Amino acid sequence: MSAKIISFPHIGSYHVPIKFLLNALAGKGNKAISPPPITKKTLELGTKHSPDFVCIPFKYNLGNYIEVLENGANVLVQTSGGCRMGFYGEVQEQILRDLGYELDFYTIDAERGSAMDFYKAFKDINPKLSITYSIAAFAVATRMAYAIDGIEEFIRKNIGFELETGSFERMEKQFLHALAQATNVIQVGKVYREYLLKFQALPICKPSNPKKVGVVGELYIVMEPFSNYCIEKELAKFGMEVTRFLTISYRLFSKKHTAEYVLKNTGSYLKYDIGADATDSVGKSLDLARAGYDGIIHLKPFGCTPEVNSMPIVQRISQDFKIPVLYFSFDSQTSETGVKTRLEAFADMIDMKVASQ
Amino acid sequence: MKIGIPKALLYYKYRIMWRSFLEDLNCEVVVSPNTNKAIMDTGENYSIDESCTSAKIFMGHVSWLIGKCDYILIPRIESYANGDTVCTKFYALYDICRSTFPEAKFICYNVDYAHHQTEWKAYKQLGEALGASVFHTRRAYLNAKNELTVYEKILQSNQDDLIHSDNLKVLIVSHPYNIYDEMLGTPIIRFLKDLNVDVFFADIPDSADMCAKSKHLSRSMYWHYNKEIVGSISHYESIIDGIIFLTTFPCGPDSLTVELLLRKIKGIPMTNLVVDSNTGEAGLHTRIESFIDIIAEKKKRGDEYVG
Ligand code: SF4
Ligand code: SF4
Repeated sequence: MSAKIISFPHIGSYHVPIKFLLNALAGKGNKAISPPPITKKTLELGTKHSPDFVCIPFKYNLGNYIEVLENGANVLVQTSGGCRMGFYGEVQEQILRDLGYELDFYTIDAERGSAMDFYKAFKDINPKLSITYSIAAFAVATRMAYAIDGIEEFIRKNIGFELETGSFERMEKQFLHALAQATNVIQVGKVYREYLLKFQALPICKPSNPKKVGVVGELYIVMEPFSNYCIEKELAKFGMEVTRFLTISYRLFSKKHTAEYVLKNTGSYLKYDIGADATDSVGKSLDLARAGYDGIIHLKPFGCTPEVNSMPIVQRISQDFKIPVLYFSFDSQTSETGVKTRLEAFADMIDMKVASQ
Repeated sequence: MKIGIPKALLYYKYRIMWRSFLEDLNCEVVVSPNTNKAIMDTGENYSIDESCTSAKIFMGHVSWLIGKCDYILIPRIESYANGDTVCTKFYALYDICRSTFPEAKFICYNVDYAHHQTEWKAYKQLGEALGASVFHTRRAYLNAKNELTVYEKILQSNQDDLIHSDNLKVLIVSHPYNIYDEMLGTPIIRFLKDLNVDVFFADIPDSADMCAKSKHLSRSMYWHYNKEIVGSISHYESIIDGIIFLTTFPCGPDSLTVELLLRKIKGIPMTNLVVDSNTGEAGLHTRIESFIDIIAEKKKRGDEYVG
C-alpha cells in the first residue's frame, strides 16, 4: 500500500501546529504536508471550481486542496465548525473527485477541541495509533497554538509603532520557523519565551494613549490575513492598537465564546444564539463599546448568514454607544484598493473624532 | 389581543397551526398580504444588503404589520434534534427584528430540541405569555398540531393523485417560502401550469420520511429544511421528468446543496433558477420554456424507445 500524505487547509499561522499534529498521528511511513502558501492563484483555483454563492472560506480551502493534491497529498482533512463547515467537506470531496483526483477525505468534528476527535478519525488512517500518544501529540499542538496566539497578540498591539519597517514581520517568520522545530511541550515553551523577549526588544515608539480599535467577525476571515488583505497590519500603519479576541486558543479552549456565556452579558441586545461566531461578534462589540474603544472593524465573507445576522444588532450598539463600526465583506471580487481606501477614511474619521473631544 | 403574522418564511409551513392555536387562545390573527412590490422594497430597505431575498421579504412583511396589531409573532427555531439544525437565519430573526424595529412589539417561541427546548415547551411558554392556563394551552397546542397534520395529509393525497397523469411532471425543489411567495415561486408555478406541466412540490411529502430519504443523496447534510426537500427527489425519482431548483440570492445552504445535487443526480434533467428582487419574469420564462422543451423531447424519445 502506498504511503499516505495527509494535508489540510490553511488558516493563519496555524499550519505549524496542525502539521505537527497530523504528522504525529499519521504513523510510520506516512506524513503530513502543508499546502503551498495562499496566493491569488489559490483563490482563483478555488473560485473556479466552487459554486458561485458559497462563502469564500470554502473557495480558499478548495484552492489549498487542489494545490496540495498537485504536490502529492492523497488524504485530506476538513474540520467542522462555522455554520456550513460540517457540510463543506462532502461537497469539496465530490468536486475534487469530479476533477479526477483520487483521495481519502476525513471531516473531523473539532468543535469541542479534544484529542479524542482526532484520535477517532486517525485510527482509521493509522490503526496502531494509541490514545495516550494522541493526547500527548495534541497537547504539544495546543501549546504551539497558544504560543502563536500569545506572540501574535503582542504583534497586533505593537507593529503599528515599530521604528524599523518590517522588523516585526521578519521576527515573526523566524519565530514560526523555530516553533516548527519544537517536538515537545518544553521546547515549545522555550521558543515562546525566547521570542517574546526578542519581540519586546524590538524598538518601538508608542504613544502612551494610542487609538484603539477592535476586530470582530467571522472566524476564517478574521484569522487568515491573506483573506482580509492583512487588515490588522494595515490598521496598525495608521498608528492604531488592534485588539482581537478570536484566536484558536480562544475558540477551542476557552468557554467564553460559547453562546451561553456570551448571552449573559448582552442584555437586551441579544436573547438567543444567532449562529456560528456571530453571537460572540455581538458580545465582543458590546465589550469594546463599553471599554471605550475608538472603533470596531467587523469582518465577514460575502453572504455569511450568521455575521449578516449580527449586523443590525452591532449597528444598534454602534448608535447607542456612539462608536463607529466599519463593515467589510470579502469575496473573490473584493478589491484591495477599495479596502485600503475605506480603512483610511475610517482612520481619518477616528482621528477627527478624537481631536474634537 | 391582536397577533400579527408575517406572510413569509415559516408562515408557509406553520400557518394552519399558528392560526388554530392563537384563535383557540382567544387572540385575533392579522396576516400581512401577499408579497408585492411595495413589501419587497420596504423589506430591502430594512435589511442588510447581503441578506437572502427570502429574509428581506420577511422584513417587509414585519414592517407592514407594525401598528396593525399588538404583537408580531416571530418564532425562533434552532434544531429539531441533536445535529438536525436549520439555517442560522431562523436562529436570529427575532433578535434581528428587535434591533431593526425598536418601536414594535414581538412575541416569540423558541424550538431547540438539541438544548431541550421541545416544540411543546415552546408553545407552553407562548401560551403563558398570552395569559392562558397550561391546561388550555395544552389543549390548544394538541388541536393545532392535529389540524396541521390533517391538512398536510390532504395535500399529500392531492399530490399523489397527480402521479398517474400523462402530463409532463416537474418537481420543484425549494423552500415553501420561495415556492408559494407571490413574487418568487408563484409566477413560475402558474407559468408551468399554463404549459400543461404537472408540478410536484418538494415540501409536501411527509417530513420525517423525507429527512430519512435525503441520506441517499447526502450523508452529512444537517439542515432540517434542506433535508425535507432533498428527500423528495429520491421519493419521486421514478415518476418525474425534470427537476427545477429555485433558490434566492445569496442563499448559502441552498447554493451548497444544489451544487452537490447537480453533481450527484444522473439521468434526470435539472435546472437551477436563482432569483432575487430584480429578477424579471421575461428572462425566467425563456429559461423555463427551453427546459420544458428539453424534458418533453427526452420523454418523447424515451416513450418511443420503450414502445
Ligand atoms: S459562518 Fe459564515 S463563513 Fe462560516 S460557514 Fe457559515 S456562512 Fe460560511
Ligand atoms: S436557507 Fe437560504 S433562503 Fe432560507 S433563510 Fe437561510 S439563507 Fe435565506
